[in-house]
Order: sequence, then C-alpha cells, then structure tokens
Amino acid sequence: MSDSQNNSVAFVATEVIPQSPPPARETGVVKWLRENLFSSVTNGVLTVVALYLIYLVLAATLPWIFNGIWTTSSLSECREVLQGKTGACFSVLTERWHQLIYGFKYPADAYWRPNLAFVLMLVAIAPVLFFDLPRKLLLFTAVYPFIAFWLIWGGTILAPLVVFVGFVAAAVVFQKFGRSSFAVGFFGGIAVALVVWTVGGALIPDGASDNALLPAVPSRDLGGFMLNLMLGVTCVSLSIPLGIALALGRQSDMPLIKGICVVFIEFIRGVPLITLLFVASVMLAYFFPPESTVDLFLRVVIMITMFSAAYIAEVIRGGLAALPKGQYEAADSLGLDYPQAMRLIILPQALKISIPGIVNVAVGLFKDTTLVSVISMFDLVGMIRGPILASTEWNGVYWELFGFAALLFFVVCYGISQYSQWLERKLHKGH
Amino acid sequence: MSELMSDRAIDRSKMQVSDQVAIQISNMNKWYGSFHVLRDINLTVNEGERIVIAGPSGSGKSTLIRCINRLEEHQSGDIVVDGTELTSDLKNIDKIRSEVGMCFQHFNLFPHLTILENCTLAPIWVRKTPKKEAEEIAMHFLEKVKIPDQALKYPGQLSGGQQQRVAIARSLCMKPRIMLFDEPTSALDPEMIKEVLDTMIELAEEGMTMLCVTHEMGFARQVANRVIFMDQGQIVEQNEPEEFFNNPKSDRTKLFLSQILGH
Ligand SMILES: Nc1ncnc2c1ncn2[C@@H]1O[C@H](COP(=O)(O)OP(=O)(O)OP(=O)(O)O)[C@@H](O)[C@H]1O
Ligand SMILES: [Mg+2]
Repeated sequence: MSDSQNNSVAFVATEVIPQSPPPARETGVVKWLRENLFSSVTNGVLTVVALYLIYLVLAATLPWIFNGIWTTSSLSECREVLQGKTGACFSVLTERWHQLIYGFKYPADAYWRPNLAFVLMLVAIAPVLFFDLPRKLLLFTAVYPFIAFWLIWGGTILAPLVVFVGFVAAAVVFQKFGRSSFAVGFFGGIAVALVVWTVGGALIPDGASDNALLPAVPSRDLGGFMLNLMLGVTCVSLSIPLGIALALGRQSDMPLIKGICVVFIEFIRGVPLITLLFVASVMLAYFFPPESTVDLFLRVVIMITMFSAAYIAEVIRGGLAALPKGQYEAADSLGLDYPQAMRLIILPQALKISIPGIVNVAVGLFKDTTLVSVISMFDLVGMIRGPILASTEWNGVYWELFGFAALLFFVVCYGISQYSQWLERKLHKGH
Repeated sequence: MSELMSDRAIDRSKMQVSDQVAIQISNMNKWYGSFHVLRDINLTVNEGERIVIAGPSGSGKSTLIRCINRLEEHQSGDIVVDGTELTSDLKNIDKIRSEVGMCFQHFNLFPHLTILENCTLAPIWVRKTPKKEAEEIAMHFLEKVKIPDQALKYPGQLSGGQQQRVAIARSLCMKPRIMLFDEPTSALDPEMIKEVLDTMIELAEEGMTMLCVTHEMGFARQVANRVIFMDQGQIVEQNEPEEFFNNPKSDRTKLFLSQILGH
C-alpha cells in the first residue's frame, strides 16, 4: 500500500476537497422553518391556518390600539376626533385614572397615603419572598400591617397601636409559656391579647379621630384597584397560615380538633364564594353584637380568607401526604418535639411540594376579589360597571375599560406565577 | 456474607460489657389491631453490649427496636431505658429519644438541609447547644465517618453509603448512650456495605451500646457479644455468636441459619 502515494491513479483524488457550505435550504432560517413548521403536509396546513388567524387578530387590534385617543374628555368627543376610523378611546383611562385606582370617594388630597403604603408593602414582602435578604427586615414586615392600616384608613393612631400592643403581648406570653406547654402559651396569648384590645379600645377617647394627623377615611370610601390589591394581599397572607393550621389540624390525633377542621374545610369548599360574600354583606352583622359596627371590609376579608384557607389546607394536606413516613420517624428519633418537627422538617418540605397549588389558589383568590362588586363594593370592576359606565360621558366604552382591568390583573398574576417558578427552581436541592 | 467481613483486626480493649443495665424490657406485648406482633418479650441489655437481632422477614425485629424509642407503642409490659420508663408521658419519651440514636434502612436524611445542617439540627433545637459549638461537634463526627468534605452538600448529592454514614454521624451528634440500627446496610450496594460496617465497628470499639437488626452475619460474628434470634414475634434463642452459629439449639434457628448461610 505504501507505493500508492507515489503512483497516483488518475481516478483517485490526491487532495481532500474542502467542505462546501450546505445548500441554502439546509441552513439557518429555511432549515428551521422546514423542520419546525412544514415537516409534513398536515403541519404545513396547520402553520398556514395559524398564521392567518394571528394575522386576523393583529389586523383587528393593532390599528385600534395605535389609533387610540388619549386626551378627550368624553366618548362623543372621542368619536368626533376619530371620524369613523377604528381606534380606541383610551382617554377614559386617563380621565378616570384616579377613580379606577382609588375608587370615587377616596379623598384626592390623601392619594399619597395608599401610594406610600404600596411602596412600603414592596419593602415589607421582599424578605418574605426572597430569603437571601437580611432577616432583620422581617421586623419591618411585622409592623407593616399596622403602618399600612394607619396610612390607608387614617384616624387616630391609637387604634392600630392598641392592636399592635395586643399582638406583642400575646407573642411575649407565648414565648414565655409556650416552651413548657404549647396549649398554655397559645390560649394564654389569645386571652392576653383580648384583654389588651378591650381595655385599650375602651381607653381610646370618643373623638380621638376627629382632629387626627391623618383624617379618617371610612372603609366604604375605599375602591378601585387599590381595594382589589388590599383584599388580595390581606387575604393571601392570612389564609396561608390559616390553611397550614387547618391542614395540620386535619392530620391531628385529637378527634375534636380533627373533626372541627374536617367540617370547616368540607363546608367551605362546598359553598360558592359569592354566597359567602352575601353572608358577609348582610348576615354576618347578626353574629356580632348590634352596637359593634364590624366593618364591611373586615367581614369580606374574613369570608375570602376562610374560603381560600380551606383550599390551601387541602393543597398542603397533599404535600404532607407526599412526604415519606421516614421523615417523621427521623425527626421523632432525634428527640424533636411536634412543633419543632413540623416547623423544621415537615412543613418546609411539604410547603415546597405545595408551592404550585398554593400559587394557584393565590392567583384565583386575587381574581376573585372582583366578586365584591356584586355586594356593591366599588373595586376595579365595580367602578367600571358602576360609576364609569353609568356616566353620560363614558357610557359604552367596554373594550378599553375591561381590557385595562384584564391587563392589570394579568400583570399581577403573571408576576406571581413567575415568582413561584423561580422559587421552585431555587428550592430544588438535587433530589 | 462473610466476604464482607472487615479485614482489619478488631480492637476489643474498650468493648466491655458493664453490669449497668441500659435497657430492660419485661413481659412486653404489642398488637397491630388483632395481629399479635410481639409476644412476651423479655430482654435486658447492659451498657456496652453489642447485640445483633436476626430472624426471618416479618418476625417483628424492626417493631421490637422501634418500641425502644417509642416509634411504636407497646400495649403491655414495661420498657425501661436508662432508668426512665416509657409511658405515654411525652417528657419521658423526649428524654429517651435524645439518649437513643437510630439509623434506618433508608437513611431518612432531611433532603432540604445540608449535611452539616442535618447534623446540627437536633443538638441546636433539642440540646440547645450554641450553633458554633454544634457545628464543631458535627464536623468532628463527620470526620469520624470520613466525609468532612461533603458537609455543605445536600443529601441528594451523596452516594447511599455516604448518606448512611451521615445518618450515623447525625445520631452521634446527640451523644447518645445507645444506638439502634434497623438494617442499615440492606439498601446498599456491596461496595458501600463495607464502609458502613466499618463505621459501625469503630463505634463498637469505642464501647457504644448497640442493637442492630442486620443480615450481616459476618458483622455479628466479629462484633456482637450476643445474637438474638426472633421468629413470629418471639425471642426464640439468644447466645454468644460462636455458640449461636455453631450450635443452634432450636429447629427454627437451624432452619434460618441454613437458609441464610447455606448458599
Ligand atoms: N403498621 C403496621 N400495621 C400492621 N401490621 C404491621 C405494621 N408494621 C408491621 N406490621 C406487621 O408486623 C410484622 C412484623 O413487622 P416487622 O417490620 O417488625 O418485621 P421485621 O422482622 O422487621 O421484618 P423485615 O426483616 O422484613 O424488616 C409483620 O408481619 C408486618 O406485616
Ligand atoms: Mg424490618
């Protein structure tokens, strides 16, 4: 074979032909299209149909959006400017912006208060959502609800202060006695808080809110997207701990506690939220003493919280059931007591499994806050259906308003869902 | 089995049985519903004893050692561990559990915590050891089981043998006086069995009181001072390993030994 190099044969190439680029239909865009969109006749047809549908949607909406009018003060004026061309009347959004966000009764000179509360909320939930942040920030998270309450409702600062002191007293009692006996600490804490609230409430003078630093705003003056956000944030943050408690209660060995939890969960899950809201708006008043004017906002918060807590409890129960028995046994064999085992071993894992389900409930809950418009609260949807669409200026601007409402909710819900996916990736520990 | 025996000589200088009683079980019975799992168990374990419990599947070996730290509740008879009687009193149960370490067949490490956190968790929360000190103790025992360099990994990133050694270290961090092992090597590949057995041998050499449910008869011969044979919820026979293996008394023991050794 060695001489074949010298005596070259005519039909044997002596040089390697350099690689030529693949033909155009095998490269880049064309190749990608062929492989992904037109790999067979059926796929090709489907691709064409899909493209046509996308074209139809865009052809209808893009001119409508880009011709949109932002500066007129009524629908008729807007139609005049458009002169029969397609185009949206976004000016309803700019003109009624404050009503959409704050409702139509919240005092205009106090808009800075909910705004500030919103910014502070971002600070307060940051350490809850991102555990890499310094744990000290949680102190601010703990006082935030009272600050927010004072900012939004105004009135005497003594009211949130008394509530806060009640919680602190309960926490101190629990710290002190909860170690030796959980029940003593727990019920002692509740008792002390109730005492502080009654005594403190009686001590607040009658006219305390009259000349307060921040003028008082009654709950019925809250409205707009602010009301949806307030209901959403309050109810989600209350229903997660309540849901955990219900899920643990349902697993409990104590028949009474177990029974109460099962009945509660099954009852609430079997009832439509809207009926609970009607109960909140009319009937709940009967359960409270007649002279106590339990606020409609509070009643609605109680109902939505109970509703979503029941669902969250079931989601978490699934997470608890998915944990191998060995985890409980290992925790027991090391001498951890029940609260420690739950807090350090069981719940962190069960909650991690439950994240997608909990987020699902949270997103649903947030959207369900629009149902309060049915019991004549003026949330974003209530504002649109009521004062705005009923006004002579804007009667008939459906697409722009409901599109805007949908967009706002979408942005928040999409954000929640992105966060949960990030959290799941972050908590993944190679198993 | 015997090829898995440790090849190194065993230092018996500290393997001494004292006359202090560590565990006293008398007339203990347990039922699952109407099924009588443990029948009239009487067993006294002195400090420093290394006991291997053998027996066919379903004979109640796991149930017996799980009764000792109350992972299972017995219905009649007494169990006294280190002078504390096991009743439904939670204080006693917690006290006994912090004195008795346990290793499981499936390791049961906490997957959401690092190896180091697995080891420091119980000392910090049960013994109230300061975090720094707990970490030093944990590193000490991780070195002992020869995996200090894995301390910051998560259990899911370790091999089975490594995980079981971490589980042993995690128990040791509580400085237990008694260790219970429930088939610690049954879920492992042969090469990993040896590393876990070596760790257990070292523990025995330091004088730890151990109760091991295991099918490793080589380990039983080398390390145990007593082998207990259980069948159908009863202790059928117990003896020193030499006598037990060479001179089994009951027919059931003979049958079991011929099955497990006679391949
Ligand atoms: N939770 C339970 N409920 C009812 N029966 C049980 C339960 N746990 C175990 N048993 C039964 O009790 C008997 C003893 O079980 P145990 O786990 O103690 O056996 P073992 O000797 O450890 O067996 P193996 O070698 O297979 O681990 C078995 O017949 C088993 O089916
Ligand atoms: Mg077993």
